[in-house]
Amino acid sequence: MGDILAFAEQHEGSIRSGSYEVVSAAAQVAAGLGGATHALLLGSPGLSGAAGRLGAYGADVIRVAEHEALASYSPEVYAATVADAVREGGYTAVVFAATSQGKDLAPRVAALLDVPLASDVTGIGTDGGGVTARRPVYAGKAFVRLAIDATPAILSIRPNVFGASERAAAGTIESFTPDVTEPKSRVVERKAAEGASVDVAEASIVVSGGRGMRDPENWNLLEDLREALGPEAALGASRAVVDAGWRPHGEQVGQTGKTVAPKLYIAVGISGAIQHLAGMRTSQTIVAVNKDPDAPIFGVADYGIVGDAFEVLPRLTEAIKVLKHGG
Amino acid sequence: MNITVCIKRVPDTETRIRIEGTEIDTNGVKFVMSPYDEFAVEAALRVTESLGEGEVTVLTFGDDSSQETLRAALAMGAHRAVLLKGAVSMDGLATAKTLVPELETMDAPLVLFGVKSADDDQQQVGPMVATLMDRACVTAVSAFEVGEGGVRCQREVDGGTETVEVRTPAVLSITKGAFEPRYASLKGIMAAKRKPLEEKEAQAAPSRLQIEQMDYPPERPEGRVVGEGPEAVDELVRLLREEAKAL
Ligand SMILES: Cc1cc2nc3c(=O)[nH]c(=O)nc-3n(C[C@H](O)[C@H](O)[C@H](O)COP(=O)(O)OP(=O)(O)OC[C@H]3O[C@@H](n4cnc5c(N)ncnc54)[C@H](O)[C@@H]3O)c2cc1C
Ligand SMILES: Nc1ncnc2c1ncn2[C@@H]1O[C@H](COP(=O)(O)O)[C@@H](O)[C@H]1O
Repeated sequence: MGDILAFAEQHEGSIRSGSYEVVSAAAQVAAGLGGATHALLLGSPGLSGAAGRLGAYGADVIRVAEHEALASYSPEVYAATVADAVREGGYTAVVFAATSQGKDLAPRVAALLDVPLASDVTGIGTDGGGVTARRPVYAGKAFVRLAIDATPAILSIRPNVFGASERAAAGTIESFTPDVTEPKSRVVERKAAEGASVDVAEASIVVSGGRGMRDPENWNLLEDLREALGPEAALGASRAVVDAGWRPHGEQVGQTGKTVAPKLYIAVGISGAIQHLAGMRTSQTIVAVNKDPDAPIFGVADYGIVGDAFEVLPRLTEAIKVLKHGG
Repeated sequence: MNITVCIKRVPDTETRIRIEGTEIDTNGVKFVMSPYDEFAVEAALRVTESLGEGEVTVLTFGDDSSQETLRAALAMGAHRAVLLKGAVSMDGLATAKTLVPELETMDAPLVLFGVKSADDDQQQVGPMVATLMDRACVTAVSAFEVGEGGVRCQREVDGGTETVEVRTPAVLSITKGAFEPRYASLKGIMAAKRKPLEEKEAQAAPSRLQIEQMDYPPERPEGRVVGEGPEAVDELVRLLREEAKAL
């Protein structure tokens, strides 16, 4: 019986917070199938100093591939390095995060290893010694359970669904210098989205605005709420406001935007069209603020306020501030 | 420059899904070209139109009914179409392996995919094809420019955007962005009927992802309206903290 591998992401030398969840999910698979949990981290020399915390989330062994060429994500170079590490480690399963990096990387690794990939999974089963994956299809209108008929089983998990669980143990760090391949692409520029510290697809709280916000100028009300909720919160948007040019497409939630599953999703002035629901219906708790009591968004919302966003938002922001900072 | 676009026939996103066993009941379901594939077809047409040379080929792996989807792309302006007939599965690597031999016979320095299909949503066939063909590949491309021997792409990444350059031959997967698809004109629809559509039996690779079960999404527990207007805020925050433990 082989071990289970979690691919951990780093950004500028710090481990991305979603990686702890991937390690915890891998540890859960290891608990079902047997074997130890390994984490694999790629980056520049010296990165192993930042790797220790992965142990606290379930990694027994933390393998750190250190090389200048791995400092930032480079598709072919990363894919070849990960595929080599998987072959060498003889893993039973490999878990990625379905982040933009994971979605780019996992299919390439799967193709190099000649095994299928179950993407964006929301549940993993290990009954009977094999790996099954539960995942949404038809834009979340149905779910399938897939039996993965290959070793290693490769999965990417939807952020925020599995959760990271801490334990009182540390992992062993093993750093190594891999042979690297030539990149086939060159990043000439990187631009961070304004204001956001965390992407909407990975945030644990999402504050989303729709056409009911009336004007892009009014986004300061949503921005205030986001800020009050803290650094784990991000802004989202409906397609209507992205198409109108009020917000960047990177914020769009839904069928032709991002799929999110935060702990808390707050939809303000969003009607709740089926294509929007496709992107957020697996959120843990959904709040809707809409002036139309018949808006379909109330059909999926756990808590709704029927009312004018311009009256509700300032009060909500105030109440959150009081809650978080005592005023 | 010749461009090949891989497209897929999927249920219209407005469609209600009825599950039968481990499949959906396709009776009465309207099928369309997957929305991201429409962006990709549009992108390819714009490149060949602006260069004033090159042909756009659309390729699909599917059953006979996919002819309709190919004709829709021809009506938009694609020049020719190829249908690889066979049973499609959720295993994107099997799909990639079925497409690659056909792509290898084509002289297309640029192969475009949608970033994801609207039915399986596996987000994988494009980069898998590129990996199997040992070609450069940029995913989630929202805009690109073709230059001398290469392509410069805008891509969306978590928390921002990137500009990436690759040499051709290359594979791109297209997301929403600069390529709002055109409507087919009546002339285009008429012309599409006479454009070449080649059918072949697919050498389909076996699927290694078996659907054991298909079910509807878990019902969300009955929601409730906390109240009306700003007066309801305090109760909402209390519920979020004490009941949902979301704050
Ligand atoms: C192929 C396809 C793909 C699509 N993909 C997506 C996608 O990815 N994401 C997406 O979001 N949509 C998508 N759509 C579009 C979708 O169908 C809807 O048109 C869109 O979601 C509507 O956006 P909205 O809710 O902001 O606007 P509207 O539907 O116009 O709703 C505005 C809401 O604001 C409320 N409102 C108005 N004033 C106020 C106020 N003062 N206070 C409080 N509430 C107020 C109104 O009651 C209404 O419910 C797609 C459509 C298609 C056909
Ligand atoms: N059966 C198919 N035939 C042709 N192209 C396909 C097929 N399935 C997927 N694709 C292409 O691969 C993209 C991504 O699909 P997926 O990996 O299923 O999300 C689609 O947008 C299409 O461009």
